[in-house]
Amino acid sequence: MNLPPAETMRHMLLTMLRIRLFEERVLADYMARKIPGFTHSYVGEEAAATGMCAPLRKDDYITSTHRGHGHAIAKGVGLNPLMAELYGKTTGVCHGRGGSMHVADFSLGMLGANGIVGGGFGLAAGAGISIQFRKSGQVAVCFFGDGGINKGTFHEAMNLAAVMKLPVVFACENNQFAQYTAMSRTTSIKDLSTRAVAYGIPGTTVDGNDVLAVYGAAREAVDRARSGGGPSLVVMETYRFYGHSVGDAEAYRTKDEVAERRGFDPIPRFEKVLLEQKVMSDSERQQMWEDVKKEVEDSVAFALASPDPDPASALDDLFTPTPVGGGR
Amino acid sequence: MAYLSFGQATNDAMREAMRADEKVIVMGLDIRWGGSFGQFRGLYDEFGDRVIDMPISESVIVAACVGAAATGLRPVASMSFVEFTLGAFDEIVNQAAKFRYMFGGQVSVPMVLRAADGVIKSAAAQHSESIEALFAHVPGLKVVAASTPSDAKGLLIQSILDDNPVIYLENKRIQPLKGEVAEGYYTIPLGQAAVRQEGKDVTIVAYSGMAINGAQACETLATEHGIDAELIDLRTIVPLDFEAIARSVAKTRRAVICHEGWLSGGVGAEISARITEQLFADLLAPVERVGAKNAHIPFAPVLERAVVPAAEEIVAAAKRAVEYSRPPAKPSHESVAR
Repeated sequence: MNLPPAETMRHMLLTMLRIRLFEERVLADYMARKIPGFTHSYVGEEAAATGMCAPLRKDDYITSTHRGHGHAIAKGVGLNPLMAELYGKTTGVCHGRGGSMHVADFSLGMLGANGIVGGGFGLAAGAGISIQFRKSGQVAVCFFGDGGINKGTFHEAMNLAAVMKLPVVFACENNQFAQYTAMSRTTSIKDLSTRAVAYGIPGTTVDGNDVLAVYGAAREAVDRARSGGGPSLVVMETYRFYGHSVGDAEAYRTKDEVAERRGFDPIPRFEKVLLEQKVMSDSERQQMWEDVKKEVEDSVAFALASPDPDPASALDDLFTPTPVGGGR
Repeated sequence: MAYLSFGQATNDAMREAMRADEKVIVMGLDIRWGGSFGQFRGLYDEFGDRVIDMPISESVIVAACVGAAATGLRPVASMSFVEFTLGAFDEIVNQAAKFRYMFGGQVSVPMVLRAADGVIKSAAAQHSESIEALFAHVPGLKVVAASTPSDAKGLLIQSILDDNPVIYLENKRIQPLKGEVAEGYYTIPLGQAAVRQEGKDVTIVAYSGMAINGAQACETLATEHGIDAELIDLRTIVPLDFEAIARSVAKTRRAVICHEGWLSGGVGAEISARITEQLFADLLAPVERVGAKNAHIPFAPVLERAVVPAAEEIVAAAKRAVEYSRPPAKPSHESVAR
């Protein structure tokens, strides 16, 4: 196996643990009605965001989905401003304006979780156009799911990216359900990556619960985009451990199915490799869990201690002030 | 000074804006070919790859503008007919308009969507509409609608400089009209109405093609009816220069609002409500509205004329306002009871 550097792999596990423990805590706090709104848990899909973002530079872009906390964490957004955003606090990444479905950090190239399914396709293409004009060698990764792939915007953006050879990686997380509906009921093909053929671009499908497999496919697609080779479609087969959103009774799948799929949990699988390959010792692994638990606890404390937004600010930031004659 | 059509004036504007800032790019269908009104003619020759021909994919055109704008470019998209923006209404409303606010002010979305609206030569229901009210209803969008070639140029340059999404509407019927246009680079602020004609009897508020009809109506009112009308050309619908309207209505105490879009839920309804809220005591007559009747724009010329208002309807509305006399006060319920 051609493994990434040890430091990269340690950081990948750290990212996966951050996502897992952050999301478990978020779920608990939503259920306890401590957090307003609703949330879509990323638990079970950690390998997808982690493996896909691991080859990215800080100045690369990602577009995300309604299930976007994992993407944000994998792109380097801190747990404190992320948790504070979910709590609706001024210290949140969007100062409490966005909430769970709209977490964004443009300073890290995280162009926003997006409550509109398929909303990210064209945004990523646009980021690709701007990269192409700057010749900056950046890459834009567009995360979406097996639901989003059936939006018309998928076709429009794939075609445009292909014809303009834009530096975009279309990263499909196939978690098997579009909201409550199984993929087999909505989609006439089994292997979603075959859709790449229609645009004359490379498409590949990997085990999305194997972070090293995701990393390998991501590395190839990102390098291709960065070197002017144009877009690719990477499909990551995964499974969401919890329902579509908080409060989903999950009547559309059996407990046995969920239990079976939990057996493919990406975290223990990766930990096993790290121990076998002696990338880390078991005590180091345990310490990492403890450290991340504390990080998550601290993020909740940070959120709780942060001020609510001033109601008088509700009309701020609708427009960027522009002087007459422009800002030049 | 040059004597230019709207197409020539906005072509000038594109050229000036693109020369001034290399971050300005243009994308849309057929633009390397020049555009229906010559508004993009020659840009490809001068600016090359900054002029991008796009597939007929309205959603990705608009979303790509948002993505490009949020990452440092200043895209201008040609949406052709305004009806075609509806294929990208999701991207306009859910992405372009919301990006800055929803993400807590951390990003700006400087982009312009150019779209042709209004009736022309029996183009019928899907190529004749004026849907500015749909855009004006959404927070976070600016809406521009010029009525002179000179304004068209200055407002377009300013729209491209603006750090927000701007819907730049171009009335098809008036595009061939020519007017004096200053050479070189100049801007006209968004949110500043123009008083096209001063008057004391009634205020006519209009924009885009209806500002031309409004000017004709003013002349008829003066020569045939002895009515001295004041014509306010809004130039931008968002931001709305309500101060200019209020100043004028406070003076004339009567208002007629004209547009080619539907009356129901139209821009005139909003302006009328604000006049009533803020200037009720000044009014000598109910606020009049002139706009399209609540039907799609039909094909047959006689039907088209039956739906879309002409200058005569502005004249009639202004006359009604001026001739209006308040009915005697009704007895109150209390006095009836006694």
